[in-house]
Amino acid sequence: MAQAAAVAKQPRAGRRRTGAEPRRLPYLLIAPAGLLMLGFIAYPVLSVFYYSLQHYNVTKPWKNGYAGFENFTRIFTEDPLFWSTLGFSAKWVVVEVTLQLALGLVLALLVNQTFVGRGIARALVFSPWAVSGVLTTTIWMLLYNPSTGMSRYLADVGIGTYGTSVLSDTGTVFWAAVLAELWRGVPFFAILILADLQSIPKDLYEAASVDGASRLRQFFHITLPHLKDAIILSTLLRAVWEFNNVDLLYTLTGGGPAGVTTTLPLMIANTGIEGHDFGYASALTTVAFVILLFCSILYLRLSKFGGDR
Amino acid sequence: MTAALAEKGTRARVPAHDTPAPPAAPRRRKRERAFDDVPRWQIYLPLALYLLFTLVPFYWMLLFAVRPAGSTSLVPWPVTFEHFEKVWNERSFGVFFQNSMLVGVATLVATTVVALAGGYALARFDFRIKNGFMLALLCSQFIPGALMLVPLFEIFRNLQMINSLGSVVIAETVFQLPLSIILISGFIKNVPVSLEEAAWVDGCTRFRAFRAVVLPLLRPGLIAVGSFAFVHSWNHFLFALMFLSEQDKQTIPVGLNTLIGADSVDLGALAAGGVIAAVPVVIVFAFIQKWLITGFSAGAVKG
Repeated sequence: MAQAAAVAKQPRAGRRRTGAEPRRLPYLLIAPAGLLMLGFIAYPVLSVFYYSLQHYNVTKPWKNGYAGFENFTRIFTEDPLFWSTLGFSAKWVVVEVTLQLALGLVLALLVNQTFVGRGIARALVFSPWAVSGVLTTTIWMLLYNPSTGMSRYLADVGIGTYGTSVLSDTGTVFWAAVLAELWRGVPFFAILILADLQSIPKDLYEAASVDGASRLRQFFHITLPHLKDAIILSTLLRAVWEFNNVDLLYTLTGGGPAGVTTTLPLMIANTGIEGHDFGYASALTTVAFVILLFCSILYLRLSKFGGDR
Repeated sequence: MTAALAEKGTRARVPAHDTPAPPAAPRRRKRERAFDDVPRWQIYLPLALYLLFTLVPFYWMLLFAVRPAGSTSLVPWPVTFEHFEKVWNERSFGVFFQNSMLVGVATLVATTVVALAGGYALARFDFRIKNGFMLALLCSQFIPGALMLVPLFEIFRNLQMINSLGSVVIAETVFQLPLSIILISGFIKNVPVSLEEAAWVDGCTRFRAFRAVVLPLLRPGLIAVGSFAFVHSWNHFLFALMFLSEQDKQTIPVGLNTLIGADSVDLGALAAGGVIAAVPVVIVFAFIQKWLITGFSAGAVKG
């Protein structure tokens, strides 16, 4: 408002040759972003809702048509795969986010100290942040390869056995995938938490240490309360991201062996794209939306985001 | 007397099993200077362990990329470039690299320009749908690109943009926009309006004032947002996998996926392809790393 008033006071200076009334200008400025998001986010979302109520399968065109809630009843009552993938998704998200947050917090506290070589240490520990899911798969496949990977050299010195691939064993594949995702996920938390750490006034610590508070007490009474909102928001964003992200699991395990690492989005991609069952995939997507939304609201409520410290 | 004796007694006993006592003295003096000084080993030891976890996988990839096929040496010597030549020419990583670069740069430019306009509107104007627009931006964070694959595929098929790099650029840009707009509007809010007003008084148009006064101050933030967009589109895999089926249109991550999924994986070629995929993001990352942290905190403070 203040700007608009300022422009009005300086009609010659402010509006000359802009060709747009200041009243219309903000709308013109958000138009490109707004139109792109309407066309490529809002419209697809609505069409997913629409198709979730339809039978729509390219390979079975004779059955296409209005389905009512049939797709949804099929999800909840006839599809055991849905419940097992949902369970795996939950386990995957909780384990990943917890471990990434814990390690990221420790890492941020470490590189926030003053020490020789801090710049290079930061660059190196943050570097996996820029690595893609497929590249992570590439790297960890080389490490996990039974004949030329890490396990062979470990077996050479007497740790483990030759010839077993951690990716083909249903008992070890989960932790193998968790470790690979952890490798590239920790820097995300470390970077965000470090950014927030730097905004804590130094004199708070000075005062606390004058009063004789130990470093542990300083951490729990100054650092952690200050980081609270950043931690809540970054864990939420990361949880949604880990839930939705399919790059790593799709390429590293392909959801296997025997489907034990199939997450819900992976199942949706398989149903929609390989199974051509768009209707059922859309219903699954709708269910995933609702679950995400519900969990996010619940999380923000329970964590009292933005509330009094 | 007794106290002094007792003190002497403990003093005498201490050196027997506490040899680092002498170096402790200068350290204490140092701690008086820097109140938050932590013993060095408490920093270097965990950091070294974590660096091992971070760097060994990178080293492993480099090792496979440069050592001859069939070698089991743990030292990358002698160096061979046969894997790189093979991947670049026979496996068309040369073409993929070009495509990925095109997509990355186009996404960077489109995201930055569109987000700059939107971010400026949010930072400098009050208008009726402002809150609704903000809400839409935040909500879209929860919408997964992977779950939008099917409808997006239909849209691009109707637009006859399947197998065109443009479809991937649009999809990447759209999913990059919300966060970019929120970040950029935070950066613009940090620039005092009075600077712009002064330029208007001097006879600048709004656009010229923006370009001459605000834009230079936004540089660190724009670099952070732009490189974010570049790295994301360089890395992202699903859109390219689904929308580009012709081999000469594919991007690096899709090429890597083909190598991973091959019946007998050529580990040397896979590692060399991985190095090619990593080099641009590593360069970008090394360049922006410092700005990333300041950019995030600036955007978060008033975002």
